[in-house]
Amino acid sequence: MTATFLILAAITVAGTAAAMGLRNAVHCVLALTVGFAGVAGLYLYLGAQFVGFTQIMVYVGAVAILAVFAIMMTHNPGQPEEPFSRYWVWGAVIAAAVFLTLARAVHLAFEPTSSVLAVPPQAPDITVQQIGDALMRRYVLPLEIIGLLLTAALIGAVIIAMDPRDDASMEDAAE
Amino acid sequence: MIATTLSAESIDQIFVLAKHALLARTPSALQSFVSALISIVPLLVVFPSLFAITTILERKGLGRMQNRLGPNRVGPFGLLQPAADGIKALIKEDVVPTAADQTVHFFAPVVFVAAAFLAYAVLPIGRNMVLVNLNAGVLFFFAAGSVVELSVFMAGWSSRSKYSLLGAMRAIAQMISYEVPLVLASVPAIMQAGSLSTVGIVEAQAGYTGIWPHWYLFTPWGIVGFVLFLIAATAESNRSPFDLPEGESEIIAGYFIEYSGFKFALFFLAEYLGMFATSALGITLFLGGWSAPFSFLSFIPSWFWFFAKLLALIFFFIWIRGTLPRLRMDQLMGFAWKFILPMALLNMFVAGLWRFLPAGIIRWIVCAAVLAAPCIVLSFALKQKKKLLVRTYHFAE
Repeated sequence: MTATFLILAAITVAGTAAAMGLRNAVHCVLALTVGFAGVAGLYLYLGAQFVGFTQIMVYVGAVAILAVFAIMMTHNPGQPEEPFSRYWVWGAVIAAAVFLTLARAVHLAFEPTSSVLAVPPQAPDITVQQIGDALMRRYVLPLEIIGLLLTAALIGAVIIAMDPRDDASMEDAAE
Repeated sequence: MIATTLSAESIDQIFVLAKHALLARTPSALQSFVSALISIVPLLVVFPSLFAITTILERKGLGRMQNRLGPNRVGPFGLLQPAADGIKALIKEDVVPTAADQTVHFFAPVVFVAAAFLAYAVLPIGRNMVLVNLNAGVLFFFAAGSVVELSVFMAGWSSRSKYSLLGAMRAIAQMISYEVPLVLASVPAIMQAGSLSTVGIVEAQAGYTGIWPHWYLFTPWGIVGFVLFLIAATAESNRSPFDLPEGESEIIAGYFIEYSGFKFALFFLAEYLGMFATSALGITLFLGGWSAPFSFLSFIPSWFWFFAKLLALIFFFIWIRGTLPRLRMDQLMGFAWKFILPMALLNMFVAGLWRFLPAGIIRWIVCAAVLAAPCIVLSFALKQKKKLLVRTYHFAE
């Protein structure tokens, strides 16, 4: 554990903790963004440039903006929210379950008896080229499926946002 | 002859050599720190100075296009106007609205400027002159650019003013819509170079055939890619004709209207820095980075060519601003999603085609035809479907 790791971890934890604790929903999202940036920093610290930059592009550039817009359009500004949701017990149970599953998976991966990782794993120098190679050869089917899923979601969003009065004219055109 | 080439080379590398000379005299414990400092400080000096020069160029240039003089009171021909503007911004009162969210209001310009400067880390401004040669440099550039959108939102939301919020909404909608074509337009150059590193892309365009350079601009997909890139870059930097987020006549100045004094100047600075950075990326991807336009001109230092190309692009942006009127919001979005995006996708396909066809004039003609035909068809199709209706907002009633 180096100083770099500790600083990045502190930023991540502080950001996400603030995201849970702050009253104003927009402040929460901005704090969460700090957490995202901290995670991106951790990826970069581990030498995973591609993943780190993609993390910033997707989470800071897209997810945070989307969350902020959703909050702005649905909430009444200036009204502080209840600090605890009514369903906090369920939330805690789900969070604990997710944490235990992940912890178990991580633990299993690094168990010294598992022969695969008997040697302490060395960070491989993965270039963008190798990631592209893997995506286009070995993992091409999952990639295509995700693409299909996203296309379906896109079409769904367009249909939801479409003017209902256009439906009649479109059906006329279809007939 | 050898002496002249040697001296030309040393002028080309003068900044690199100066850095090495300085580093040799620092104690080894401080070396990495001093090295970073020497690399970063010039960027923090040169590009804001370029911003100052650009403001006077822009005001003079626009004045010339509009048959007036432009600034002509401060110094000879008004050339000291940027200094006067800077001093004015510094000594003005910093007014923060009472209703504003103080913390976010303060951090918005800071984040904006920081993100704008971050992009310069990967731009090669000369031979061996790049701050960090990242493996995923182009990706880093776009990641830094995506942070800008968040700071725009922070500025617009925290001001608690309807003009700010409207400006921020417009700006974010526009930036997200045009970020997609911006990235897609740069993909063909990345495909051809086979590298995401900015230095790698410049090196892939090195060399000359006769006197002509191997820039990607001189291929069918390169021309189309560069034009698409320029359009998207104009929109990304919120410049006319895509200046809806700031439209002075509609929403005064958009998301940073509630800022005053130096923070207002910071927004201006960051916006221009963003424009320079995107132009520089365009130069890197399509115009051969710092390489000379003709083989017989390569004795002129590489950094000169980089800044010459940058100034030419800045002039282009000023010219466009003085020429075109502002678009309407629906025109802006329609243009991005119905024209630029399909063309960018097609351009990626053509770049692949270019790679697999045998070199020669046939390849050129085939690729150009594949690009030109859909472009013409698409333009006519979009032109004829124009009918104006009353808009309905079905979730905001």
